[in-house]
Amino acid sequence: MIKTNKKIPKNIILSLEDVSISYGTFEAVKNVFCNFKRGDITSLIGPSGCGKSTVLRALNRMNDLIPNCSLKGTVLFDGTNIYDKRVDPVEVRRRIGMVFQQPNPFPKSIYENIAFGARINGFTGNMDELVESSLRKAAVWSECKDKLNDSGYSLSGGQQQRLCIARTIAIEPEIILMDEPCSALDPISTLKIEETMHELKKNYTIIIVTHNMQQALRVSDMTAFFNAVEYEDGDGGKVGYLAEFDSTKKIFNSPKEKTTQEYISGKFG
Amino acid sequence: MNSLYYQKKLSRNVGDKFFTSLSVFCAFIAILPLIFVVTYILIKGGAQINSDLFTLEPNPPGDDLDAGGINPALIGTLIITTIASIIAIPVGVGGGIYLAEYSKGGPFSKFIRFGVNVLAGVPSIIAGVFIYALIVSTKILFGSMYSGLAGGMALSILMLPTVIKTTDEGLKLVPNELRYASLGIGASMYTTILKITLPSAFRSIATGVVLGIARAAGETAPLIFTALFSYYYIVGFEDLFYEMGSLAVLIYNFALEPYDAQNKLAWAASFILVISILSVNIFSRILAAFTETTKRV
Repeated sequence: MIKTNKKIPKNIILSLEDVSISYGTFEAVKNVFCNFKRGDITSLIGPSGCGKSTVLRALNRMNDLIPNCSLKGTVLFDGTNIYDKRVDPVEVRRRIGMVFQQPNPFPKSIYENIAFGARINGFTGNMDELVESSLRKAAVWSECKDKLNDSGYSLSGGQQQRLCIARTIAIEPEIILMDEPCSALDPISTLKIEETMHELKKNYTIIIVTHNMQQALRVSDMTAFFNAVEYEDGDGGKVGYLAEFDSTKKIFNSPKEKTTQEYISGKFG
Repeated sequence: MNSLYYQKKLSRNVGDKFFTSLSVFCAFIAILPLIFVVTYILIKGGAQINSDLFTLEPNPPGDDLDAGGINPALIGTLIITTIASIIAIPVGVGGGIYLAEYSKGGPFSKFIRFGVNVLAGVPSIIAGVFIYALIVSTKILFGSMYSGLAGGMALSILMLPTVIKTTDEGLKLVPNELRYASLGIGASMYTTILKITLPSAFRSIATGVVLGIARAAGETAPLIFTALFSYYYIVGFEDLFYEMGSLAVLIYNFALEPYDAQNKLAWAASFILVISILSVNIFSRILAAFTETTKRV
């Protein structure tokens, strides 16, 4: 049995239970408890070095690719601990897709960028239809439809990022993780991506890391504020923790923690 | 107070001038051998080029007749280099993939990298002696002794380090984001390497392979122990298991003959060898330059 017997509400798709992540002996983030609701957009905010990207990468085992990175605790996805020894990380990443900070299309045509993921996932339906619907869902179809055979690099940065989102959608994941997807983009492209996210919300659960608090406010239903504190032994190193997790409205209007208040009002970070 | 104007007589300016001219002079000396060797071969060898050269067998030394052609040696070099490539490219690329993609910098991969560097420095004659001991003297290949096949194996040992190193380095140049992109949509490591990373690094790997081939094609020492030499046309598959001529060994043999006709043939062969290696090198340069312009912006 990989599944646990613990009762988890049905609307919780992903659940972190006492998760601590370390790089070698350096503990990046510790004791995170957090439940992500199905169909929500949850944003992870916090100052640099608080471990929010680390937590995000832990959710589909991308941290496996970083040497020395280890995780304690459990990450339950539909009731299954994805860090169980018997779990295949490739299968996890098919169900939980990821969009990265830098747009990173494959050095292939736009069409192939979308078709690649679907093909390796054993997609046998109409590929043309899938490419079109994925690009439509990512709101980049009108810019791409006349040059599907051009290289993915021929698009602008914002279009590339939406192509990457379309590529992730094409594998029909349940959750889409986004690691600061707009940090390399201009405001107009950012706005388009945010509109895309609102569209995607109908079918997918989205978890997004962002440095931009206004963006968190605009797009997300729930917000997790991560903070970093110095180690108790006081050698200057910092460890991240989840300071507050609540609905976005509450976090921005009436946060419980003083540090949250200070962070969102721009006193540090 | 010194004047702000440049003063030639100042000891630091004199010293500066001296060392600048010294280094220019040394640089010039360094390139001289290349210029002399290439022009000498072009003049001496270029004069011997005719159509018979490419089609005829070499005549045995000592004849009063003319020396004939170098057809068997030319074809032999092509065959032996091809055999070397067939062995060295898959093994080398595979090893490079292991080093760049799978190994996590542990002791095993460090050992392999060290080994590859040592292998790159092994004198080519050692590769020849090794294959001689392993294959030629034991007659392990269907009872044949000296053979084109053994020659190809010896050359593959020389190609291997170049191929492994360039594959390793070419793959390391592929940005990690590309790997993450592929793995992040649920591609396995194997699919990622085969469909994404390897194609992205293809040109730099190809450049290394071409340079490896160029190095191997000009080697003499390993072939003297393994492929030896043959005067006769290569006519069929079974010739792979007998002595096989090659340009490098032909030069070695005929340059030492006392007869003028054979010496001329050696010059002609040198010409062809130098021209082909030069053009292969230039081809790899173009390939590398092409890679740089098509890199991600």
